[in-house]
Amino acid sequence: MSKHYAQDVGQVVTTRTSFIDDIINLARKSSIFYLLFGLACCGIELMQTGGPRADIDRFGSVPRATPRQSDLMIVAGTLTYKMAERCKLLYEQMAEPKYVISMGSCASCGGLFQLAYSVCKGVDKIVPVDIYVPGCPPRPEALTEGLLRVQDKIVRERWFHGRREIGRRDGGLGIDYKVTA
Amino acid sequence: MTEPRRAPETPTMEMTSNKEVLRRIEYTGDMLLNMGPQHPSTHGVINFLVQTDGEVMKRAIPEVGYLHRSIEKIGERCTYNGFMPYTDRVDYIAAMFANQGWAMAVERLLGLQVPRRAEFCRVIACELNRISSHLISVGTMAMDIGAVTPFPYALREREFINDLLEELCGARLTYNYLRIGGVAFDLPSGYEDKVSTFLDHFEKILDEFNRLITYNEIFIKRLAHLAPIPAQMAIDYCLVGPNLRASGMSFDVRKALPYSVYPDFEFDVPVGKGEVGTPGDAWDRFWCRVEEMRQSCRILRQALAQLPKDTAIMGKVPRKIKIPEGTEAYSRIESARGDMQYYVVAGPGENAHRVKIRTGSFTAMGIIDALSRGLMIADLVALIASLDVVAPEIDR
Amino acid sequence: MTPEQIHSALAAKFGESVGALQPPNKDPWVEVKAPALREVCAFLKSDPELHFDCLMNLSTVDWPKKNQIHVVYHLFSYEKRHAFVLKVLLDRAAPALASVEPVWKSADWLEREQYDLMGVQFDGHPDLRRIMLPDDWVGHPLRKDYAEQADYHHISTTRESPLDGFVRLDEMTKRAAAAAAEEKTKSAPPAAAPTTQAAAATGAETPAPKTELPQ
Repeated sequence: MSKHYAQDVGQVVTTRTSFIDDIINLARKSSIFYLLFGLACCGIELMQTGGPRADIDRFGSVPRATPRQSDLMIVAGTLTYKMAERCKLLYEQMAEPKYVISMGSCASCGGLFQLAYSVCKGVDKIVPVDIYVPGCPPRPEALTEGLLRVQDKIVRERWFHGRREIGRRDGGLGIDYKVTA
Repeated sequence: MTEPRRAPETPTMEMTSNKEVLRRIEYTGDMLLNMGPQHPSTHGVINFLVQTDGEVMKRAIPEVGYLHRSIEKIGERCTYNGFMPYTDRVDYIAAMFANQGWAMAVERLLGLQVPRRAEFCRVIACELNRISSHLISVGTMAMDIGAVTPFPYALREREFINDLLEELCGARLTYNYLRIGGVAFDLPSGYEDKVSTFLDHFEKILDEFNRLITYNEIFIKRLAHLAPIPAQMAIDYCLVGPNLRASGMSFDVRKALPYSVYPDFEFDVPVGKGEVGTPGDAWDRFWCRVEEMRQSCRILRQALAQLPKDTAIMGKVPRKIKIPEGTEAYSRIESARGDMQYYVVAGPGENAHRVKIRTGSFTAMGIIDALSRGLMIADLVALIASLDVVAPEIDR
Repeated sequence: MTPEQIHSALAAKFGESVGALQPPNKDPWVEVKAPALREVCAFLKSDPELHFDCLMNLSTVDWPKKNQIHVVYHLFSYEKRHAFVLKVLLDRAAPALASVEPVWKSADWLEREQYDLMGVQFDGHPDLRRIMLPDDWVGHPLRKDYAEQADYHHISTTRESPLDGFVRLDEMTKRAAAAAAEEKTKSAPPAAAPTTQAAAATGAETPAPKTELPQ
């Protein structure tokens, strides 16, 4: 790496941190891998969202079968008490930063199954939820909208810029940089 | 100055003799693995406790109940009409049949007659739903054993049916189309043409699908002779629907115990003959579903041709359905997953005292323990897919 | 065979253990005494005339009024294409009967399900444990007197209404007025009679002093 270039990078790191945040966030939002976590009816709509017509792949989202490779957990369907602890385990296995979409009314609040004895009334009792997508089941368009909301959320996050103000040296990505401000 | 990390010291293994190594291998014993409940190829949340010796399974014990949503208990609390949306969720891939089973059970309790046009609407909706359900089944089965291409093909065709059903009842998945005594909406104008256009298109696609996957050499090699179920065993374990027919037992509720307007139509019951392997093997079950789609097309064409011109789509249903306590009714319909049965006991008020739903997937799961012995782990996936189980139908 | 013929064949073989054919209340059924169940089932399966080769459905019905649990067997013969219904009437306190798993394999899971949800004990079943619910679940939910637990593994079983904290606007103004009136009476010079009148006028929303709580 030439000296000149290194200087440039250093300058960008120190002065244009929000710009770097934007680049990182652009990369992150365009490659949201979601966990295939179809629990019930919504799982079929989740499949069709990834299918040929709705084609969520346009937004850089592809399903992964394992939580360790996924950024987003789409809880698609009714969560029972028997499944609740597994759901928490899966959430904990995902690497940070992670996001959760609660898809459908069952996952959001129990929905149709408020009367049921074995259904957990909302996945937010188990794991923190970022986006709630209503519907029973939501259409693929609605789920795509939910994914775009997650992208909005990702775009607003700050890795360098915000943390410089509170005076942290480690930018969360293991890069040390000088605090100039 | 920090020292480089080193692995903790372990005693080096001394290869004293081959006998010693062999003893070590024997000592490893069986593995007990959890497959599921979150697993891409278990078709929903089902757990399998797999006891394996290397790749060979000694036993696979299904653990179900991860989607037990207490639908039967809710049926005791809802009114008869109010339970209809819940029946959608019993089998979300083929929701129309669950609707029909419930409607028929309550109609039997009431002694209702359904108008003929409503019966035709039901048949058209159900047969479309059967095609879409089988498309999911055959598509996921191909995907589970490694052929990814047929799955988007199947989903693409399914989207056409979803559009048709959406036009009919406004929903893509959970239809809530049938009512006790009839159907909710009449066929929209021009619907017959749309369905026949779809059928013209779909029958060609079925031939293409057969060329692509059903008679594919690799596919046949993979599935022929895999986990054959003899007819006697299938009956003993109460397998139903395409799983039973694949074993060589020609039994279809639509033919054997006719209901609705099915006696008016001509169609064949595809029976597994062991065309490429043993009768009742996984390929036969796959083939039965593909053939049933073709028969559904035949039924649909006849239903569209014979559609009555009158406009009544609802029978004379009392506003408040009250049935003497303790009256029982039993309905059997041929769902996409086979013989679906509702047992309803009327309660004192406007709701049922007990609802029991017997579904095909529940008994199909019961047979996996017996079938899995001696199979490879990869074959377990093919076996589950070939039985076409759907998690909420097992657990309800 | 018609249900009458099947019933007469059963009655001829087992006599007292098989009840009368109940008035065909849509579907005719026959009561079987619990001790004879397994023999009756084995006979129904093995007899070449009857040949009920399939147990289609096994359900249980809870009747708290009669203090009974009914176990209902729906049988079907694929060969003869006839169906029949057996019922076993059990005591509600300790329902137990013989398993028919040795006769029909499909009874394995069907009986497990009924054991789980209704608490019927099937003696002789090879693997009788909960199937739908977790192993540490309390109670059998399909019983009519089942009471839901407040929480399962510290997950509360009720959903809090999002409207819980909200107060209607007119209710809020009423409360504000009451609070203002109370403030006024506090700041005013002590006079016993008007204070109580003001408190009564503000309505039920005003928190009453502790000493005036109903005993």
